[in-house]
Amino acid sequence: MKPPPFSYHDPSNVGEVISLLGSLENPKLLAGGQSLMPMLNMRYVMPDHVIDLNKVEGLSYIKEDGGTISIGGMTRQRDLEYSDVMKAKCPLMHDALLQVGHRQTRNRGTIGGSLSHLDPAAELPAVCAAHDAVVIVQGPNGEREIPFSEFPLGYMTPATEMDELLTGVKIPAWAEGHGYAFVEFSRRHGDFAITSAAALLEVGSDGGITRASLTVGGVGAAPVRMNDIEQALIGQSGDEERFRELCEACREIDALGDVYASSEYRQHLATVLSRRALVKAYDRATGKA
Amino acid sequence: MGETRKISLSVNGKTYEEEVEVRFTLADFLRQQLGLTGTHLGCEHGVCGACTILLNGRSARSCLMLAVQADGQEITTIEGIAPSEEEMHPLQEAFRDNHGLQCGFCTPGMLTTLIEFLGDNPDPTEQEVREAISGNLCRCTGYQGIVAAALDAAQRLREAKGV
Ligand SMILES: Cc1cc2nc3c(=O)[nH]c(=O)nc-3n(C[C@@H](O)[C@H](O)[C@H](O)COP(=O)(O)OP(=O)(O)OC[C@H]3O[C@@H](n4cnc5c(N)ncnc54)[C@H](O)[C@@H]3O)c2cc1C
Ligand code: FES
Ligand code: FES
Repeated sequence: MKPPPFSYHDPSNVGEVISLLGSLENPKLLAGGQSLMPMLNMRYVMPDHVIDLNKVEGLSYIKEDGGTISIGGMTRQRDLEYSDVMKAKCPLMHDALLQVGHRQTRNRGTIGGSLSHLDPAAELPAVCAAHDAVVIVQGPNGEREIPFSEFPLGYMTPATEMDELLTGVKIPAWAEGHGYAFVEFSRRHGDFAITSAAALLEVGSDGGITRASLTVGGVGAAPVRMNDIEQALIGQSGDEERFRELCEACREIDALGDVYASSEYRQHLATVLSRRALVKAYDRATGKA
Repeated sequence: MGETRKISLSVNGKTYEEEVEVRFTLADFLRQQLGLTGTHLGCEHGVCGACTILLNGRSARSCLMLAVQADGQEITTIEGIAPSEEEMHPLQEAFRDNHGLQCGFCTPGMLTTLIEFLGDNPDPTEQEVREAISGNLCRCTGYQGIVAAALDAAQRLREAKGV
């Protein structure tokens, strides 16, 4: 198992990347390599040109401006995991990152690579769906902003065009003290989730929920936002029985079945994990956890 | 031979200038071109952790990096962790004393992973150690001896630092 022969390019700025993408036949971008290198080693992909993004300047940053967190496409998962800004402003991502692969893979893997690879069970796309993130891509015609809800076009297919690259993500932060939880089921720690659930809650001083986001991952090509449950949660207090009733709607999700888990099993996991995520998020919002 | 490039990198404190095929993984480069066969290859697709090295002090899978990407970087392999020819690293001693290895295939990856982990977390719980080595497969020990060795090494390292 070795990568097939290719030409190697290591541009130093985004402009060069875009002109290489536009001029080379059958190119492939290389970010952290934690998904692409296995595919090269197994020769699932055979690019004629590998364009390495690791030396491109200005793509690795975590910035906070007003209520928005901006993250560069080449920011390593490890840097996000250890970032105080992320822990304070987007704790859901911190929760999720601890379940993305292993320390060694997070040291190399990037947020842009994870979103572009778009594995149906990946945690970071689910976090972006939960937060209504905006993906920034750049191509020959300049920059485009794509709401995350429109980013996955299908199974492992992002809306990025062939001559574009993902340069960043913008995440609107939730109110200070909001509740959050990322829970997943996998066979072993660090494996891709079979199914996951991400919850965000804002709770008023009377204990009533004022804002809710619930996302289920691993059930289809892209993370699914449970809009009906989100609406029904407004005004609810943290009654676990009520959460349980509402989450029953997850049994209706059009879930995929494969060798790892049947569609019914994924629906069941979605139901249970959604409830757990809501309970944990509510407890965190109200200072109980 | 396909396209090649000249790279310059430091491995275990020694500088190497080498011409390398661009499609060569860092693991193959270390083993075949530099003869440092302590870095083991189990799966060559990122799952087993046997090939873990330290890249500028951070653990990484050398089967998932190209050798050209190591240009200008500092690599530490298992051959470079002991302080001298005569002395072992406290982690190596702890592995020996706690039956942390049997065949030894997974050991280089376990040690490099744990060196970084214990640097970040000098006083870990057993659960934290288990999570830290979750990306390293061992087919022999059942992990118990490895976890014991890691906890023992953590203590030795703390004592050596006088904490
Ligand atoms: C053992 C192991 C366990 C793992 N477990 C998990 C897990 O539990 N959850 C999880 O989510 N992931 C997991 N992963 C994969 C994760 O580590 C990768 O980081 C991620 O999927 C890809 O990110 P990368 O930066 O490594 O991208 P690469 O592998 O370099 O690239 C992936 C794809 O994205 C494209 N791409 C990369 N960057 C850009 C860009 N800026 N613009 C456009 N296209 C781009 C590449 O061309 C390629 O097609 C695991 C990997 C391993 C080896
Ligand atoms: S050989 Fe690199 S992870 Fe298995
Ligand atoms: S000691 Fe044999 S694989 Fe771990």
